[in-house]
Amino acid sequence: MNNIVILPILLPLIVGVVLLLFAKNLKVQRVISGVTAFALLGLSLYIAHIVYYDGIHTLALGNWQAPFGIVLVADLLAALMVILTSIVGLACLFFAFQTLSEERQKGYFYPFYFFLLTGVNGAFLTGDLFNLFVFFEVMLISSYILIVHGGTKYQLRESLKYVLINIFASGLFIVGVAYIYGVTGTLNMADLSVKVAELEQQGILNVIAILFLIVFGMKGALFPLYFWLPKSYYGPPAAIAALFGGLLTKVGIYAIFRTFTLIFYHDPGFTHNIILFLAGATMFFGVLGAVSQFDFKRILSFHIISQVGYMVMGLGIFTPLAIAGAIYYIAHHIIVKAALFLFAGATQKVTGTTDLKKMGGLLKTHPYLGWLFFIAAISLAGIPPLSGFFSKFALLLAGIQEGRYFIVVVALVVGLLTLFSMMKIFIYAFWGEQKLTDEEAKKRPVGKLLLPIAPLVLLSIALGLAAEPIFQFSLVVAEQILDPSIYINSVLNKE
Amino acid sequence: MEILMILTIGVIFTVSTYMILTKSLLRVVIGVVLLGHGAHLLLLTLAGLNKGAPPLLGQEAAAYADPLPQALILTAIVISFGVTAFLLVIAYRTYKVHKTDDLDQLRGNADE
Repeated sequence: MNNIVILPILLPLIVGVVLLLFAKNLKVQRVISGVTAFALLGLSLYIAHIVYYDGIHTLALGNWQAPFGIVLVADLLAALMVILTSIVGLACLFFAFQTLSEERQKGYFYPFYFFLLTGVNGAFLTGDLFNLFVFFEVMLISSYILIVHGGTKYQLRESLKYVLINIFASGLFIVGVAYIYGVTGTLNMADLSVKVAELEQQGILNVIAILFLIVFGMKGALFPLYFWLPKSYYGPPAAIAALFGGLLTKVGIYAIFRTFTLIFYHDPGFTHNIILFLAGATMFFGVLGAVSQFDFKRILSFHIISQVGYMVMGLGIFTPLAIAGAIYYIAHHIIVKAALFLFAGATQKVTGTTDLKKMGGLLKTHPYLGWLFFIAAISLAGIPPLSGFFSKFALLLAGIQEGRYFIVVVALVVGLLTLFSMMKIFIYAFWGEQKLTDEEAKKRPVGKLLLPIAPLVLLSIALGLAAEPIFQFSLVVAEQILDPSIYINSVLNKE
Repeated sequence: MEILMILTIGVIFTVSTYMILTKSLLRVVIGVVLLGHGAHLLLLTLAGLNKGAPPLLGQEAAAYADPLPQALILTAIVISFGVTAFLLVIAYRTYKVHKTDDLDQLRGNADE
């Protein structure tokens, strides 16, 4: 029992409500939201600290003990995800201060920004399938609003599809919840794990597992359910797109990790082989999309899909090494992806477009932007000694150890194609003939814009240079989630 | 009773699938809403339909209905209500801006 577990949910919620009161006063909104974002970061680091040293912390709301009441659980994976949320949230918030038009900022941007963080943190911390649904909805409703925020013609058209597809997925989520409640009579994840183990995962449970895979796969953009993603993420401004690209799809991936390590882990020959196949297809088709595009933001959106494949590949191989690699990869991806989307925003601010054919020669006029982007790009593609390399290396090593050579080959090819498309951005946007005149370039400095991005890139470098301790930490996390009894005992208080 | 409910749910899901696959925006919205209703009914039915007893009479009560699905559905209905309202607004705005409710014309092309 520890009340601090609920703070990452309560703090953004309360701040969001308070911000509603200052809707027209930008200065106050900025100060409050900036301070809160830093407070959230500190809070999440503290929670991770106590979880790492004292074990899993749980909070039974209203003192109704699990499995009867609502329970919040902070284990290492959840704590790690909350940290990543607050890091990306902080960077995107400070980027939004500078890039969003005043009109957009006044249109209740900050309140919904914090409601989104409420939903995301809640989805990570909940220990109950139905509350997972509720927090998903909190997150999704805020994301619907942020994705149409500004209401341009393009945004309206594409977000309509985003909203429809997510409502459809939510409907399926309830169907899944209904089935699993009908079969086991409980929705608490720890209790479910116990009950499913007693039932020895018969056919019906496999069906339910696949139903949940479809639901979370739709939110996490798995093959073949990713078709909505590239167009929807192209619409909103960079600060929002970065938050979505870095964070939102990863909530779906987190839910897949949670359900398939804690609840449906008894028949890996069936479920995890399907996951592995989906991982390969997701990677491959995602990167094919990226290679075919000629637009900064669109290439990045397609890359999200292919990289989701790597994370799920770790789950599909299902050994401690693979899961650790996947966790490392998630951390690396969230940070680097958010940074890259912010780069897209900064470049757009400078050149006024995201079309690569209309850019060129930015390296001469904006060298810092160019080189920082270069670091982030090769980190994403997996060049040593940056973070992308070590996480992919662990995944590939695990694949070879388990004799899954096919997926290893796919992952290697996808890595090459990723490098190719990132270099395409670099060559077209930063090399080549200078499209801006010197006066124009001087009028559009990027120094301030780089302030929120540079820490993310530095963090990515640090993740790569400190690969040893971070990989050790990922292994600890992986061992914890691969042993469901730890989770079950701390939630159900069976000492 | 369960059989009747399951058949109803099946019909609702069929209708909603049909509606979602049509071209008209409003029909798709109605289809998605119907899907939500079908899911709620499914949740209620699969948890077991106990008739003739109120939920929770204390631990020694001879018969009581399971209160949990009712609480879950209440939450889910509220959520789906809010989402439906939002969906209608965004559909209306899209209709106003694009001057069409035909989803074929809302597909968009690659080069914009």
